[in-house]
Amino acid sequence: MPPLLSVHGLTKRYGARIGCADVGFDLYPGEVLGIVGESGSGKSTLLNCLAGHLAPDEGQVIFDTRAEGPRDVLQMSEPERRMLGRTDWAFVHQNPRDGLRMRISAGGNVGERLMAVGARHYGDIREQALDWLGRVEIADERIDDRPSAFSGGMQQRLQIARNLVTGPRLVFMDEPTGGLDVSVQARLLDLIRGLVRRMGLSAIVVTHDLAVVRLLADRLMVMKDGHVIETGLTDQVLDDPQAAYTQLLVSSVLQV
Amino acid sequence: MSDYNFAYLDEQTKRMIRRAILKGVAVPGYQVPFASREMPMPYGWGTGGVQVSAACLTPDDTFKVIDQGADDTTNAVSIRKFFEKTAGVAVTERTCEATIIQTRHRIPEDPLTEDQILVYQVPIPEPLRFLEPSEVETRRMHALEDYGLMHVKLYEDISRHGEIATAYAYPVKVEGRYVMDPSPIPKFDNPKLESAALQLFGAGREQRIYAVPPYTKVVSLDFEDYPFDPSKAPHPCALCGAEDSYLDEVITDDKGSRMFVCSDTDFCASRRAAGHVGVAGAEVPA
Ligand SMILES: Nc1ncnc2c1ncn2[C@@H]1O[C@H](COP(=O)(O)OP(=O)(O)OP(=O)(O)O)[C@@H](O)[C@H]1O
Ligand SMILES: [Mg+2]
Ligand SMILES: [Zn+2]
Repeated sequence: MPPLLSVHGLTKRYGARIGCADVGFDLYPGEVLGIVGESGSGKSTLLNCLAGHLAPDEGQVIFDTRAEGPRDVLQMSEPERRMLGRTDWAFVHQNPRDGLRMRISAGGNVGERLMAVGARHYGDIREQALDWLGRVEIADERIDDRPSAFSGGMQQRLQIARNLVTGPRLVFMDEPTGGLDVSVQARLLDLIRGLVRRMGLSAIVVTHDLAVVRLLADRLMVMKDGHVIETGLTDQVLDDPQAAYTQLLVSSVLQV
Repeated sequence: MSDYNFAYLDEQTKRMIRRAILKGVAVPGYQVPFASREMPMPYGWGTGGVQVSAACLTPDDTFKVIDQGADDTTNAVSIRKFFEKTAGVAVTERTCEATIIQTRHRIPEDPLTEDQILVYQVPIPEPLRFLEPSEVETRRMHALEDYGLMHVKLYEDISRHGEIATAYAYPVKVEGRYVMDPSPIPKFDNPKLESAALQLFGAGREQRIYAVPPYTKVVSLDFEDYPFDPSKAPHPCALCGAEDSYLDEVITDDKGSRMFVCSDTDFCASRRAAGHVGVAGAEVPA
């Protein structure tokens, strides 16, 4: 089975400063990759380069497309990349305001991707929106409410529904539980884990919260100063970290 | 007497506007930026339409101006007078006699011909504006034909009102490519956007010109289970009896009596002159 995503030598500089440097990895279908590291280590930079939101300076991001097999996303035209962004890919932002339309109803938010790829039957769109609101535990009667009337946790769940409605194969998440209360975080994590497992999604999850990767990620990549310094199975890396920095990271978090 | 160039604008400005118009005709529905000039009237009075008219007028033209279908509103009268004075062109209230018609909020009822140009005054040219405030983003959406958001607006309409409640400025897709705001005409007029005449749209404040060339395909956006419905009041015109025209409700006395009459005053007057009479036709002088 070929990797769903294959990344080689990905480098992004901000002037003289390094965002991320020479990052490479393979992600297989159904696999969840966690990216951890301290603030400023390059996690978001990497994720945004992968998702096509930032243009890297060097490297390849090869995605196994449905129609044409493996293709370098960075060489695609903007319309092709956008199409990928609303069909096979999904991006969950840390701040739901960045990933939702706050002036559009919950149903409209979920339906947007369907309409973007050509859905033109109101009844069908609404039915799918209801189905997805249910899957993220938002009550049916909230379908016509705007997300501004939702709690932070609900907004995040709505963002997830809006992203998953087109049945993407690859989901990028940047700190999906950041900024939420601890109890809300736990429930959201459970929900994400259930969806990922049930839909057989591949995902790349950025976080500085090791509890998140412990629960979600099959494999882990540890970043420092833009470089990947350690990779491996999640339990392996967390229980028996090799790099001195990872040991520090694991122990300091465990003490918190 | 004239301190002005013909039709007020200098020749260089008119050439610049004509280039924008030509580009608009070449790419139907695409909003072409242009350097809008100060006109001796405030924005909101149709300065975009006036500049387009100025760039199109020739001394042989016959000019008509309508506002909500009527030739005699303040706005229509002042624009007509403006070109009478600055261009010395003939003016008319008859749709069939006009070669250039500037309009706000209506398309004349009588089908236009290949020899006519319809110039619309446009307040907000961007159909995606209500949903996406960023100009950079809306331009990208047009460039990439990324129009899902337009249907989100219609979806919101149905979810809130049980039907597509957009009654004016109803969005259309032009020649299968660009989504366009037809200006605040009633959706009743949308089918008339497929016309033998050249249609030009000018937005002064927003500095945009766009065009629908003759015989261009113009489709009103909708859903399969909520198809576009131009809708019409269920009455005939009280004056001329027309059953297929767009009607305005007018109050006829201080006791609040009302009647529905054609909003296109020339259309109504022509019908009455030809002998058509509505239920109130005999009582109200033409
Ligand atoms: N737009 C930018 N311009 C200049 N430098 C940037 C920019 N964005 C990020 N950087 C720098 O690149 C490096 C990596 O930043 P990045 O945001 O990717 O880190 P991160 O791991 O996501 O951090 P955090 O956990 O705080 O979100 C940092 O040194 C940061 O200051
Ligand atoms: Mg970050
Ligand atoms: Zn009438």
